[in-house]
Amino acid sequence: MSVAQFKRLKDSARRVIHFSIDGEPCTARAGDSVLSAMMLTGRLIRQSDIDAGFRAGFCLMGACQDCWVWLETGGRIRACTTPIEDGLSIKTNDPDFRT
Amino acid sequence: MSAVVVIIGAGPAGARAALALAAAGIRPIVIDEQPRSGGQIYRRPAEELRRSHSEVYGEDHQKAFALHSEFDAAAAAGHIDWRPSTTAWAVHENYLHIECAGRPDQIDFDRLLIASGAVERVIPLPNWTLPGTFSLGGAQIALKAHGCAIGERVAFVGTGPLLYLVALQYAQAGADVVGVFDTSPFSRRISSLPAMLARPDMLWRGIRITTALAMRYRVKLRNGIRPVAIRGSDSVEGVAYRDADGRAHEVACTAVGLGYDLRPEVQLADLAGCEIVYDPGSRNWRPHLDAYGRTSVADVYVAGDGAGIAGADAAELAGSLAAHAILVDLGQKISAPTTMLEAHESFHRFRQGIDRAFAAPIDHLREVPADTVLCRCEGVTVKAFKETVAAMGAREINRAKSMTRCGMGRCQGRYCEFAASELLAQMLDLPREEVGRLRAQPPVKPFASSAGQEIRRGDS
Ligand SMILES: Cc1cc2nc3c(=O)[nH]c(=O)nc-3n(C[C@H](O)[C@H](O)[C@H](O)COP(=O)(O)OP(=O)(O)OC[C@H]3O[C@@H](n4cnc5c(N)ncnc54)[C@H](O)[C@@H]3O)c2cc1C
Repeated sequence: MSVAQFKRLKDSARRVIHFSIDGEPCTARAGDSVLSAMMLTGRLIRQSDIDAGFRAGFCLMGACQDCWVWLETGGRIRACTTPIEDGLSIKTNDPDFRT
Repeated sequence: MSAVVVIIGAGPAGARAALALAAAGIRPIVIDEQPRSGGQIYRRPAEELRRSHSEVYGEDHQKAFALHSEFDAAAAAGHIDWRPSTTAWAVHENYLHIECAGRPDQIDFDRLLIASGAVERVIPLPNWTLPGTFSLGGAQIALKAHGCAIGERVAFVGTGPLLYLVALQYAQAGADVVGVFDTSPFSRRISSLPAMLARPDMLWRGIRITTALAMRYRVKLRNGIRPVAIRGSDSVEGVAYRDADGRAHEVACTAVGLGYDLRPEVQLADLAGCEIVYDPGSRNWRPHLDAYGRTSVADVYVAGDGAGIAGADAAELAGSLAAHAILVDLGQKISAPTTMLEAHESFHRFRQGIDRAFAAPIDHLREVPADTVLCRCEGVTVKAFKETVAAMGAREINRAKSMTRCGMGRCQGRYCEFAASELLAQMLDLPREEVGRLRAQPPVKPFASSAGQEIRRGDS
């Protein structure tokens, strides 16, 4: 992951959270959503399921469903409305989806 | 047994209604999919962020504080049955279907107040699905809830008062705002002044916001522009636009906040069987209501932006008015809230001026390049939509949806219905209302987790 999409402006001194994206260890701060944690790490949320591009969410209010990601432990979450947690292992590809 | 009153949404409308009912001795059930009350404008930061009300809400901080603390106190005292992180996904007769943490449930209600707010309108432009492009409201949520800017250098594109407000909030928070690129010409603001004088306070506020942006923060403000494309290969690198004189420009940025004002979220009212009418002034569909928020269905009420966009202060009034109607309809003898009715009315008159001043530039759709994505969920392009609709002869938006898949995806048409309907109306040379609106289908939102999906499949 290269440069981050989001820029933290306020309250950066919060408890550090350790999580991973596709096996890569990452850190966030308590109070981040999965989406903001991912956007503070890189610029992408998931591979698009309709074209060759990537998606990074859009509405941030749980309406557009553009930010679905998957968990190592199984199941799908909406990144913008899910708080980040210690030990969360995020997958940016649908494990059931094979091209 | 007292009546079961359920309120969907704990924004200014739903929260005010709940407090008014609680004060009258009714304990309403309030559900909201967010973990904390406040709605959109008074959305609260995650609990871990220790930010003051005045920092997060600016000059609205007292209103935000009052709403939050009164609601919290009433919920803590048990006067409100508060159910956060709970989504309403269908209404069927007097049953409200809800879901919390992947578990579906239902509530048998006597009265239902829908205070579900609004969603943004989008007019597509090339590359609007590129990572780094967020809805304008999304840009605001990143800041309010998480203390983040959506990018290092942010451009705000679209139209509506929220464009300026969010740009100012970004500038105040220290973000690098490269400009506000408004499709509405400045002259429309002047010609809409008479209507906006219905609320001199709101008008004055709008003037203060733009002045602060221009003078204090030296943000580039452009009116009457035409967006050409969002630039970038993997993520946003800039915005191309034409100015009012047709000259081409490009600005470099790493993020775009895109929005063309709001539209009421009407799916639940639709499922409840409420009559939904077209409002030509705002080009939005909204439930048909009396002055208090009674719908065409007895027992069902709508308040706040979900009834027609009028802003937070109007939403608080609408919530109180709907609570009043519910109490009257339950047989309480209370006098008519005349001043509240008048104040509520004045916000709607003001809003008519806003609708004119910041009308969505639907004519831009005529020139959107054919390969532009119209439906971001299903990847339907403008070209595919037009060709399929023309070949198969759709004259109505639900037909067009089933033929093209536009609006069939995971957002259920929330972000493409506006543009797709306008496009269809233009193709057929029909007034917008004649192409209709997307019929709501349960669940109005996909369950947040796949656990819910399994349960739902098992159910049907
Ligand atoms: C993203 C966004 C940002 C905005 N920012 C501003 C602003 O800064 N200033 C301003 O004046 N106006 C803003 N507005 C307009 C704003 O909506 C109103 O001013 C005001 O918040 C309306 O209050 P409300 O109670 O009608 O709706 P809202 O405040 O939107 O509250 C609706 C509530 O209902 C909940 N809800 C919706 N559907 C469901 C469901 N199916 N199940 C469970 N819960 C549900 C939502 O989570 C939300 O909490 C914004 C609108 C949006 C969409």
